[in-house]
Amino acid sequence: MSGRSTPSGPLMILYRLVFLLALFAIWHALTESGLLPRFFFGSPLLVLEKAARWFASGKIYKHLAITLLETVLAFGCGTLLGLATGLWLALAPAASSLLDPYIKGANAMPRVILAPIFAVWFGLGILSKVALGITLVFFIVFFNVYQGVKEVSPVVLSNARMLGATRRDLLRHIYLPSATSWVFSSLHTSVGMAFVGAVVGEYLGSAAGVGYLILQAEGAFDINTVFAGILVLTAFALLLDWIVTVTERHLLRWRPTSEGARLSNR
Amino acid sequence: MVRSEPPALALESITCTFPAAARDDQPYTAVREASVRVGKGEFVSLIGPTGCGKSTLLNVAAGLMAPTSGSVLVEGAPLRGLNRDAGYLFQADALIPWRSALDNIAAGLQFHGVDRAERTERAQHWLERVGLAGFGNRYPHQLSGGMRKRVALAQTLILDPKIILMDEPFSALDAQTRELMENELLELWSSDRKSVLFITHDLEEAISLSDRVVVLSAGPAAGPIGEFAIDLARPRDVSEVRMTKRFLELHRKIWELLKAEVLKSHVRQKHA
Repeated sequence: MSGRSTPSGPLMILYRLVFLLALFAIWHALTESGLLPRFFFGSPLLVLEKAARWFASGKIYKHLAITLLETVLAFGCGTLLGLATGLWLALAPAASSLLDPYIKGANAMPRVILAPIFAVWFGLGILSKVALGITLVFFIVFFNVYQGVKEVSPVVLSNARMLGATRRDLLRHIYLPSATSWVFSSLHTSVGMAFVGAVVGEYLGSAAGVGYLILQAEGAFDINTVFAGILVLTAFALLLDWIVTVTERHLLRWRPTSEGARLSNR
Repeated sequence: MVRSEPPALALESITCTFPAAARDDQPYTAVREASVRVGKGEFVSLIGPTGCGKSTLLNVAAGLMAPTSGSVLVEGAPLRGLNRDAGYLFQADALIPWRSALDNIAAGLQFHGVDRAERTERAQHWLERVGLAGFGNRYPHQLSGGMRKRVALAQTLILDPKIILMDEPFSALDAQTRELMENELLELWSSDRKSVLFITHDLEEAISLSDRVVVLSAGPAAGPIGEFAIDLARPRDVSEVRMTKRFLELHRKIWELLKAEVLKSHVRQKHA
């Protein structure tokens, strides 16, 4: 190892914490000195105090639980729908050809504009947020599954057929595992999108959830609470991402290491 | 021909024509009127320059591809659909990448409805037979090229096919591993003498393994132009047999015929 190699393990974690503290210190200095107006930029100490009070009083847990429930439901339903549709269209060229322009169109449309419609259809509860999340997750999973089925090596397919695989065996033992491996490698994006769907849905109209807290605070020009909400959301997103990384490492252990390393470095 | 027993596999005047790739192109005839027979327990090699339609013939024999005309007979009966009596060893890696070596070997049994306990036991036995005991839990990417070929061999042989079709199975291996694998193949083959149709562009490999070598002309419209019985004694060691006088004689004889075809295919590829 050369002397210029990157520090490893615990030392790097320490550096990262120092970097975070430095960011907060700069923020603090800029707002305390009056270079940045506190009314618009808040104060890191008050933001942290607000976040701490949320957790101490337990008020935040209800909202976090709602946001998490919306995320999980949107991710689960979106993945199942995407998986089923992707498998079907990849194996049915006629249907795929018929629906191709519609799928491209639906994917190109910014789906956040559907939020008001979903609010009218499903009300201000969690259903409208789940629906928005599904429209975001569905296309990521769908395109990955479609690709996953198309990318199955023709030699592997011929080999399985020569070994006696029926059409059902091929679907179950070749197409589905190949497709799910592509779904797993897009887990980061799809879980992230489910989270975005939940929070944006809440922000556009809701009665509970972290997005709702931010919306309320913004209405009262309480910038510190807005930042506290963003801070909690970020920490939560990091936690979700970490869970995904651990899951992925387990599920994709059959992949060659270079690719495995690339995935876990994301 | 008077014979009480029909050949294990017979390709009768097979022609394969592929539609033109572009509008101004002519349809491409890879194989024309090709007939090859493999007797019961016979090891036959098909040899020819690259791009002469060897793999096309093998795919026809496997039932993976329907010929434009001609017929395939398996023990005298015309073949419809996939050739269920045949095992196929592919040139490229054909193992299922998300299955361990053991589960790959057991795949065929699983497709045939054998229950888990029995198929694991039989796969374990085959894993040992191809010399990979202890590697059962490895995924294909964790195995070397030679090990992957052994897994593929076990995967095919576990189903006990009557006919084995092999498409340059060892062409991607280095010279030493290749000789080892050839010897192991001969040893596995000699234990129950299955009918083998082996494709290669390596004349030494063809002679040292086979009972009979069939030379194909350069494509397009390739077909057999010569047949040579290989009367070397068995059991053979592929590296030792290559030093014998008879081997060199056979090599010279077959190469005379093959050389012209290789040159033709060379010239054609240059001008393509």
